Amino acid sequence: MQDHKYITLERIIKNGFVNFGRNIWLAIAAIAMMAITLTILLFAIVANNTFSHSIADLTSHIDVVEYLKDSVTPAQLDKQLKQLKQLPNVKSAAYTSKADALKIYEQQNANNSTLLAAISETDNPLPASITIKPVDPDKLQDIQSFFDEPAQKALQSDPTSYSGDRKAAIDKITAATHFFEQAGAIGIIIFIVISMLIIFNTIRMAIFNRRDELVIMRLLGASTAYIRGPFVVETMLYGAVAAGISLIVCWSLFRLASSTLNASTLGLLDIHYSSQFFSDHLFTILTVQILVGILIGAASSSIATRRYLKLNRQ
Amino acid sequence: MHVEPKEFVIIVGQSGAGKSTLFKLLTREEKPTSGKIIVGGIDYEHLKDKDIPLLRRKIGVVFQDFKLLNNKTVYENVAFALEIAGIATAEIRHTVPKVLDVVGLKGKENAYPLELSGGERQRVAIARAIIRQPKILIADEPTGNLDPKHAWDVIKVLEKVNRFGTTVLLTTHNQEIVNALKRRVVTIKDGHIVSDRAVGSYKGN
Repeated sequence: MQDHKYITLERIIKNGFVNFGRNIWLAIAAIAMMAITLTILLFAIVANNTFSHSIADLTSHIDVVEYLKDSVTPAQLDKQLKQLKQLPNVKSAAYTSKADALKIYEQQNANNSTLLAAISETDNPLPASITIKPVDPDKLQDIQSFFDEPAQKALQSDPTSYSGDRKAAIDKITAATHFFEQAGAIGIIIFIVISMLIIFNTIRMAIFNRRDELVIMRLLGASTAYIRGPFVVETMLYGAVAAGISLIVCWSLFRLASSTLNASTLGLLDIHYSSQFFSDHLFTILTVQILVGILIGAASSSIATRRYLKLNRQ
Repeated sequence: MHVEPKEFVIIVGQSGAGKSTLFKLLTREEKPTSGKIIVGGIDYEHLKDKDIPLLRRKIGVVFQDFKLLNNKTVYENVAFALEIAGIATAEIRHTVPKVLDVVGLKGKENAYPLELSGGERQRVAIARAIIRQPKILIADEPTGNLDPKHAWDVIKVLEKVNRFGTTVLLTTHNQEIVNALKRRVVTIKDGHIVSDRAVGSYKGN
């Protein structure tokens, strides 16, 4: 029995390869279709990833700055920093003293002597401050609520940076990034569903074209596995080859785009990042892509052969 | 209707009389609406789906339209019948050429069905049907698509197979063949047997 199974498996695989070669035109058509679909999907995934990266980059600049009165004592400051670090949405809280603020001011305005002359160490109008980086830029209000408590308000020289026009701008940016992230995710899901349908239909047509073979094998008394097996092997080969082709196409396109366009961004799409992402994850992408190709091929042909494998017509 | 082992039975009747249906019942492509089918002691009523492929391997079938696998060579088409039964490759290599010799297709091993004449194709189909040494061979209008010379080639092969001990069921429209064979003839009309003669003849349509 073991021998029998081994022989059968060997024959299924061998027949799959032989059929692949003998139906080469059908194979080329199906592979082309699958390769195009997988290329679009892969491109969409890399673009989405790059886009998310750009958004993360953008939102990482969002922070809340609290300006402190000169009268705040080191003990009060310590206490506040401790309290801040206990808030769930606070990633980091960094203290900038009056002297540091002046240094930063001087560096930023090194080329502007008028602005430099306006302030000096003896007469430093810049307040000390605490800069808070949020975990989630969507929930700055959590941090703001803390600063709005009367005990905290008493320490502040001015309203925090998360107020007025700046608040409105930050809220708009976070809302927009939120929307784009969701749209990207939905887009990818739609792409995946469409790709699956296109590939499934391609395989279905390829098998429809050869349905007589299936029916004849059935009449001769071949088992379901023996009939379906070579088709599954064949379509797995389609999937693997198509995955390889789409990977080469995508990789070349990103390489080409990043070198010849000589532009680091096309709108929000950071080409260099994409290209880099692609090179860094080449092996993972290759593995996943081929696995996906093989799995879709196997699943499609298993489903598509089912209707021709009925034992009788009733 | 009862058929003895090693018998050669010709089934005649007009188109639509039920000849092909009879064969489809035997290969379990269709289930009977009434009545009982027993082949070689197997009662079809108790046949499970998973046993159908095994049953089909025991019955050799030859079709009017050959039903060859066009992307396989002659050798592979014939070998296929053994491959699906899990026969060892060495045995297949040994048996296939012998059977091709019996049906007169020596030297055509590597040809594809579409490169062959109708008679040759039908002989490939017969080789495929007999290679498993079935107890029963059913041939559904095997000569229907062939010219008289090739038709006789096919009939001669069937007689040879019968001499080796295989029960043969043959349907045909060919009056000349029926009358020349001098075998048992069963006539079917509208799904019923209207005559059953030990040495029968057929007047055609």
